[in-house]
Amino acid sequence: MPLTPELRRSFFEQMTLSRAFDDQMIALYWEGKLPIFQFGAGPLPGELHCSNGAEPVGAGVCGALSADDMLTADHRPHHVAVCRGVDLDRMAAELLGKKTGLSQGKGGHMHIYDPSVNFASSAIIAEGMAPAAGMALARRLQKRPGVAVAFIGEGAANQGAFHETLNLVGVMKLPFIVVVQDNEWGVSTSKSESTAIERNSDRAASYGLAGEFVASNDPDDIYEATVRAVARARAGQGGTVLELKTARLAGHFMGDQQAYIPEQMKQADPIPLYRAKLLRDGVLTEAEADAIETASKARMEQAMQFAKDSPYPEPAEAFDHVFAGGSEASDKQEAGAAA
Amino acid sequence: MSARILTMSRAGREALDWEMERRDDIFCLGEDVYKFGGIFGTMDGFGAKYGPERVISTPISETGFIGMAAGAAMEGMHPVIDLAYIDFIGVCYNVLLNTASKTHYMSGGAVKVPMTLLIGTGGGYNNAAQHSQCLHATVAHIPGVKVVYPSNAYDAKGMLHTALRDDNFTIFLTHKATAGVGWMGTPIKTTLSEVPLEDYTVPFGKVKIYREGTDVTLIGLGMSVHECLKAADDLAKDGISAQVVDLRSLVPLDRDGIMAAVAQTGRLVVTDEDYLSYGVSGEILATIFERDPTILKKPPIRVAMPDIPIPFSRPMEQAVLPLAEKIAKQARKLMA
Ligand SMILES: Cc1ncc(C[n+]2csc(CCOP(=O)(O)OP(=O)(O)O)c2C)c(N)n1
Repeated sequence: MPLTPELRRSFFEQMTLSRAFDDQMIALYWEGKLPIFQFGAGPLPGELHCSNGAEPVGAGVCGALSADDMLTADHRPHHVAVCRGVDLDRMAAELLGKKTGLSQGKGGHMHIYDPSVNFASSAIIAEGMAPAAGMALARRLQKRPGVAVAFIGEGAANQGAFHETLNLVGVMKLPFIVVVQDNEWGVSTSKSESTAIERNSDRAASYGLAGEFVASNDPDDIYEATVRAVARARAGQGGTVLELKTARLAGHFMGDQQAYIPEQMKQADPIPLYRAKLLRDGVLTEAEADAIETASKARMEQAMQFAKDSPYPEPAEAFDHVFAGGSEASDKQEAGAAA
Repeated sequence: MSARILTMSRAGREALDWEMERRDDIFCLGEDVYKFGGIFGTMDGFGAKYGPERVISTPISETGFIGMAAGAAMEGMHPVIDLAYIDFIGVCYNVLLNTASKTHYMSGGAVKVPMTLLIGTGGGYNNAAQHSQCLHATVAHIPGVKVVYPSNAYDAKGMLHTALRDDNFTIFLTHKATAGVGWMGTPIKTTLSEVPLEDYTVPFGKVKIYREGTDVTLIGLGMSVHECLKAADDLAKDGISAQVVDLRSLVPLDRDGIMAAVAQTGRLVVTDEDYLSYGVSGEILATIFERDPTILKKPPIRVAMPDIPIPFSRPMEQAVLPLAEKIAKQARKLMA
């Protein structure tokens, strides 16, 4: 699909929806955590890694994928999930630990699963890589179409799992794309402090894969690079390391003071930049852009309301889902250990 | 010399700082340690004080840098590694399982691997199945690695001195809720202690009797010690005198100390935030059963994390943690 005005408009819609998701979650996160900060307090407990600044990655990559394709995300999954069309209400409910959540409160924000749109995640760094390659392999064995796309951070590109998986993908010529989201930081460690060469896309050559680098954090450019990678994968030409320069505007997680980031390394917000670009290109008017932003906020408010209104799971539900097939935790431990 | 009340985190830092000031063989490595000083601030400020050669921030490459630590140890260094959360051992387990733990034995004692691996454990703050585990049994099961688990500031400092002066591989565990770090809220009172300014060691392999009692023995480790103490307070209101025992060290395990403590009351509740089956709580019961089951007046009870992945949502997680209320309830059953 060419980069039409409709498509670009949808990128803006998705980016603003993803931002509304994060902004509203951040506001809720601080409830119950001030003045004394504690991960476990308030209506939205646990660690929270937000995607503010990375929305172009979600919009541009997901815009180039089809329903058959399979995605794995990491500990920072919101922008990818929103742009992939993961159920917004149920994702919001999952973050709040509610029974109506995607995982009925079992997973939380780092463990987003929605099989209806082929979306999975893992919060152990780089551990979404090999499962994504395996998904591609399954489709090959099943003679069904589908490209697997693993979303990781640039920090994850120094894990063994990254390199082992890329070699397997290269050897097996699997339809696979790894999206390396280079937001410069892995917690407090910058890319240049952690990575021996400048671009992970250059590492593709060692595994017989294609490598592409997009520097702009602009969904149009990201979309076009992804279209090329998807075309290669579908044509049986193998995998791509797609490295995308992006931004991390809300810290590693909530509570990160980011004192380690020098002034000259402060990153630009891609949403106003893209908005201005669409206005310049005549894709949107001011009024239309405002309307989209307002609609995104309203949609997210609705999801948040759904989440807040939903009940918590019953404590005993902790024992459900340990095994498939309806059998429950091994030895009826509710009676003894958890009494 | 004077002593002050410290958190576990500050006390551990003092031990490491003391040793680093005096010894060239110690260096630190781990993700973000140069700028952040480790998950519990054990290396807080060390970047500025000791420089980037001795305080090395690593890429997210655990197999690589922990394997390197083992190699450096074989060459006469004593690396101190920060591995943040124990859930991450999955990506570097071979170093623990087959390299650092077994080299001394496989070399017939010719090669030593002195290194200290600092790891945070535990949940209770809604961080879900991949960031809340204890897994201490998973590492204590490996022959050739010492596993210690202080639960208060005094022991944290003394046991870290001991680890740093040991010629072996030590896994030094701290439950996140006990460390006294900012992101876990107000420190738990019973984790704080008076800590002497000077250096001292606390030997591995000795249980600590936190609280004397005559009716029932509550055994814990890490965070569950503090839940046992709370339970003991509660039981006291009913006139039940509970003894609270902190294992402190899993390898070596103070089996004599456990027997002696349990013999004093004859009633036992073992608590553990690690999974129930194939773990520490079973090991303690096996010890009693092998040595002298007649010291027990009643069958013992285990209050441990059931064999399920840790659920995210608060009502489910709270229901499966070995919390004081549950411990007290089981102790009352033993008294009935
Ligand atoms: C194996 C493993 N090691 C360490 C961590 C802790 N950790 C969580 S996120 C993170 C930084 C990840 O950086 P990057 O991959 O660049 O993603 P970003 O956070 O920048 O989105 C680290 C070290 C982890 N989750 N898993």
